[in-house]
Amino acid sequence: MIGLQHYLVISAILFVMGVLGIFINRKNVIIILMAIELILLAVNINLVAFSAFLGDLVGQVFAMFVLTVAAGEAAIGLAILVIYFRGRGTIAVDDVNRMKG
Amino acid sequence: MIETASLLMVMPELVLTAGGLVLLMVAAYAGDRTTPAVSWASVGVLIAAALSLNGLPTTGGSAFDGLYQADAFAGFAKVLIYLAAAVSIIVAPRFFAQGGALRAEYPILILFACIGMGMMVSSSDLLTLYVGLEMNSLAAYVLASFMRQDERSSEAGLKYFVLGALASGILLYGISLLYGFSGTTSFGGIAAALGDGVSNGELFGMVFVLSGLAFKISAVPFHMWTPDVYEGAPTPVTAFFASAPKVAALGLTIRVAIEAMGPAGMAWQQIVIFVALTSILLGAVAAIGQTNIKRLLAYSSINNIGFALVGLAAGTPAGVAATMSYLAIYIVMTLGSFLCVLQMRDKDGNPVETIASLSGLSQSRKGLAACFAIFMFSLAGIPPLFGFWAKFLVFDAAVAAGLTGLAVFGIAASVIGAFYYLKIIKTIYFDEPAAEYAPGGSKVEGVIMTACAAVVVLGYLLNPFLDSVSAAAAASLF
Repeated sequence: MIGLQHYLVISAILFVMGVLGIFINRKNVIIILMAIELILLAVNINLVAFSAFLGDLVGQVFAMFVLTVAAGEAAIGLAILVIYFRGRGTIAVDDVNRMKG
Repeated sequence: MIETASLLMVMPELVLTAGGLVLLMVAAYAGDRTTPAVSWASVGVLIAAALSLNGLPTTGGSAFDGLYQADAFAGFAKVLIYLAAAVSIIVAPRFFAQGGALRAEYPILILFACIGMGMMVSSSDLLTLYVGLEMNSLAAYVLASFMRQDERSSEAGLKYFVLGALASGILLYGISLLYGFSGTTSFGGIAAALGDGVSNGELFGMVFVLSGLAFKISAVPFHMWTPDVYEGAPTPVTAFFASAPKVAALGLTIRVAIEAMGPAGMAWQQIVIFVALTSILLGAVAAIGQTNIKRLLAYSSINNIGFALVGLAAGTPAGVAATMSYLAIYIVMTLGSFLCVLQMRDKDGNPVETIASLSGLSQSRKGLAACFAIFMFSLAGIPPLFGFWAKFLVFDAAVAAGLTGLAVFGIAASVIGAFYYLKIIKTIYFDEPAAEYAPGGSKVEGVIMTACAAVVVLGYLLNPFLDSVSAAAAASLF
């Protein structure tokens, strides 16, 4: 029997993978965008699992909102990445260093 | 079924939405030559939204089945947000005309960000919280990279986007845990669930939610994006970032802490105290070595957010009122400082940002030097100026709530912070003159700058008014 804990563990693993993907990744910014999607999907698994086990629809509605906003977020992220690439000719993470910090 | 009363309560957001969409169409069909007209029209829309705050939008209570809260707290925060947004719109055309990026989208993006910020301070449900926060953030990412040809601006946008999206992810994960373990997304429902005892899941959720919010107010340990984004973004955008979204995010934090997590006060109070202490200390120490004025003001804003959080750490109505007063005084000081920074341009009219270029400013531009000095003294909290009163209020509230240690530490750290503010004044008044700046062109900017300086000097006359509105705002939360 698959219980709530299984979903929560899967979601926690995905969330940690997403966060690590942002911080450990030294290659390119597209991978960071993928990691951000991973985080949001981990949250959605959580929301839907809770919604199903609580018998409460709000969690599923929330998941729909998260999906919608994630789409907008990805569109804006890619747009910023395009203007960045036009100016610099690279999207390697290590090259994002015009300002120290 | 949507009742008329609910619609009346969201009137400021409706005005902003309609105004923003109409102006977007105007800008799309008439092109960038309409930018000055669209800018002034946007300021008009903001004023209309502020006027529509009269009545139901500040007294109405909850709208849309408890998703949205229209009370004095939201009204106060929205006035501050609209004010800061209007100033950042007014100062922009001259700056962008020089950089060749005078586009009509700028004021419209700020209007859209204002809708999101209005939702943030009015939210009484995790869903409204999230949607409002994202509406603000998505517009802000675009604003940060607004000068598309400029490498630093696009890099600022990229960094802001990646770290902002990470913060939203962390916040959302916390929201999902809070929802799952308390079974509801409404602030009232969460408070009721936490009142029955705090489970581990709820505790984790609270920590994640507060971490995500700390990111948005750029409090330590989630401040690392601030200096880079403030330095890279165009200066009017930086002025906007340092003022309006801070009010919105801190207002949201206060609402979540008091209305949703109130019964678990002991748990979040420790987090807020830690965040306040580290923000004050890091903001004061890390600013010392900076050579870029915008980076320095970024650390100054981290420092100030720490002081504002001291009021929230007290967790009392007086503490929240002190934080709201602090925010009101802070945005005047910070907008004034950035208006001064906007005047820093070399003979060809290109913006300069180094602190060294301010040397001997008192000999070539007496008025600008005086304004700079007033804002720096005020940010440092030197007594006769208004910035001192802001700090006094939060420390007073902290001591009254028994947090004497926090207050003592904060006052000690503000002395360290005073060092770098005073260093700027020393550079302006006592160093050998550097190359002169171009003469100040815009009368409007001069008027706003003088008005900010006047508020900072004569602000005590506003005290009875400020005290009563911030007390009313705080009272509506408890």
